[in-house]
Amino acid sequence: MSKFEFPPSIKSRPVYGTLEARPGKAHLMIADADGAEAILGIATPDLMAKTHIIYIPRGAAFADDLRALNPAQFYEGPSYAASVSRIRRVLQDAHMGLQVYLTGTEGLMGQAQNEAMMAGIPHTAIQTEHRGSVARRMQCVHCKGITEDVETDPFQCSHCGLNLFVRDHYSRRLAAYQGVCIDAEDPGNVPAPKGIYE
Amino acid sequence: MTIQFNDETFRDDYSFRNSDWAIKRFPFPFHEDSYMYAVNMEQHRGGPEGSVYEKRFDVDEHYVSEMRDRAMVLADDPLRCQSLPHMTLAGWDLLELIMVSKSEDYPDLFELHRDGDTWRWVNKPLGIDDTFTFLDDTTLPYGPMEYITRQTQGDFCVLDQRDNNLWMDAGMVTTQADWSLDFDIGMNFFEWHAPVPLAHEKGIFKRALKFLLNIQQGAPARRLNWTMTVNPLLDTSPENYHKWGIQKTTLTPENIGAKQHLRVELQTFFRLPRSNALVFPIRCYLCSFQDLMTMPKWGRRLHRVVRDLPDELATYKGFIDNRPMMLDYLSQFDDGLPTSPGVWPDLETEPPLAK
Repeated sequence: MSKFEFPPSIKSRPVYGTLEARPGKAHLMIADADGAEAILGIATPDLMAKTHIIYIPRGAAFADDLRALNPAQFYEGPSYAASVSRIRRVLQDAHMGLQVYLTGTEGLMGQAQNEAMMAGIPHTAIQTEHRGSVARRMQCVHCKGITEDVETDPFQCSHCGLNLFVRDHYSRRLAAYQGVCIDAEDPGNVPAPKGIYE
Repeated sequence: MTIQFNDETFRDDYSFRNSDWAIKRFPFPFHEDSYMYAVNMEQHRGGPEGSVYEKRFDVDEHYVSEMRDRAMVLADDPLRCQSLPHMTLAGWDLLELIMVSKSEDYPDLFELHRDGDTWRWVNKPLGIDDTFTFLDDTTLPYGPMEYITRQTQGDFCVLDQRDNNLWMDAGMVTTQADWSLDFDIGMNFFEWHAPVPLAHEKGIFKRALKFLLNIQQGAPARRLNWTMTVNPLLDTSPENYHKWGIQKTTLTPENIGAKQHLRVELQTFFRLPRSNALVFPIRCYLCSFQDLMTMPKWGRRLHRVVRDLPDELATYKGFIDNRPMMLDYLSQFDDGLPTSPGVWPDLETEPPLAK
């Protein structure tokens, strides 16, 4: 599957790279959906012998391919929320030099990166590669509620119901983009939603 | 001098008013007849007597009412004041800086009595007399940053310095020009400024950061920034934008002089001694167009600045839709005469309006 080229943007917007196998005695790879393909692309028997893979398929059919890599540990989770306590536990045990690889949707990478940062790993030391959906995890600046997998701009906040426009301003701490009321100065004047990158 | 504190509001009935004294000392931000982003830093070591630049932390007639408004904002939304766990020491640094500065600069209003670690702080305008142990969080009713910034006008960003960058890791932000501390906390200098147009391309932030990283103890700096606000509303936060945004549509040619305010931020920068953090107070001053027009030079100049401002900046500052109405109003106060250089009103030397 070809990778989506995000258009140039402002400096708070995350930039993703391409995973590469780095030297290290322990590797943690966290992926969702099409992110599996990025792992399959760098996997070698030596690397996998030292790798813990945490994978959330979200309907994609790569779990068996990943399992077949024979990673040192493999976990398939039904959702990020279900997996996060395991991720925290793994990071808590991590030793200096753990290599962290995140791949898949922005929401998955952002949230997992935040967990790694809270465990003391600088965000600049974490590898990321975007794969799959370009939907965004958004925080409503008004009610603070987070809406996952936002595909259109504007969108309606799933918590307070305001119509929000999708900003490129991004918070690593919240792992979310910012949504701001679009019709505050002209109530009811909400443009028809379109894809964020259309 | 003794300050007469106003009893006024910055919401609902908007009873906020500037006295003649406050108008005369308003920090008019335009030193020439046009405006473009610049780093525009200068030393913050006093200024003309009576000006807002004279003291380290200016206290004016709005002090008591501004602090009441801050308490209301915090009661509605405690997330306006946050401090990441590693910033507590910087909060104590800030408390010390403000208490020492205010008690020295305004001895009739504030007193600080220090006996070793036992400190007694007296804030007469707010009726506070507290004794606490310096560096012991349990002896104050709030964290040190929150305690002292509930008693000091202006927003406060406390910036950690590491990796050759500044990080917005703590703050008290209730009078902001439409940015969210809760969203931006933890960001570095380039990230929290990311939404600002044009300035990145001009290298403004790279130069500003280099300057700020090198600010030394005892050598604070300052600059001005500005925007426009309809009604004297301090809390122009993104959090509440869905509530106040509509007020921008209430301007009419009849009420614009009273309702439209120039909003000026006096931004200062102090190095903090123990934490090596940088504190960045952002003090907001509001002045209605009609009050500004009492200074002929400011009337001429504001018209020219607003008229010639690039569209991107008028959009970013949120007044592009109201600009034509502003210009209709302001043009009445521009007779085409030249203006003297610098920000001061120069009332004695500038000619009265000739139209």
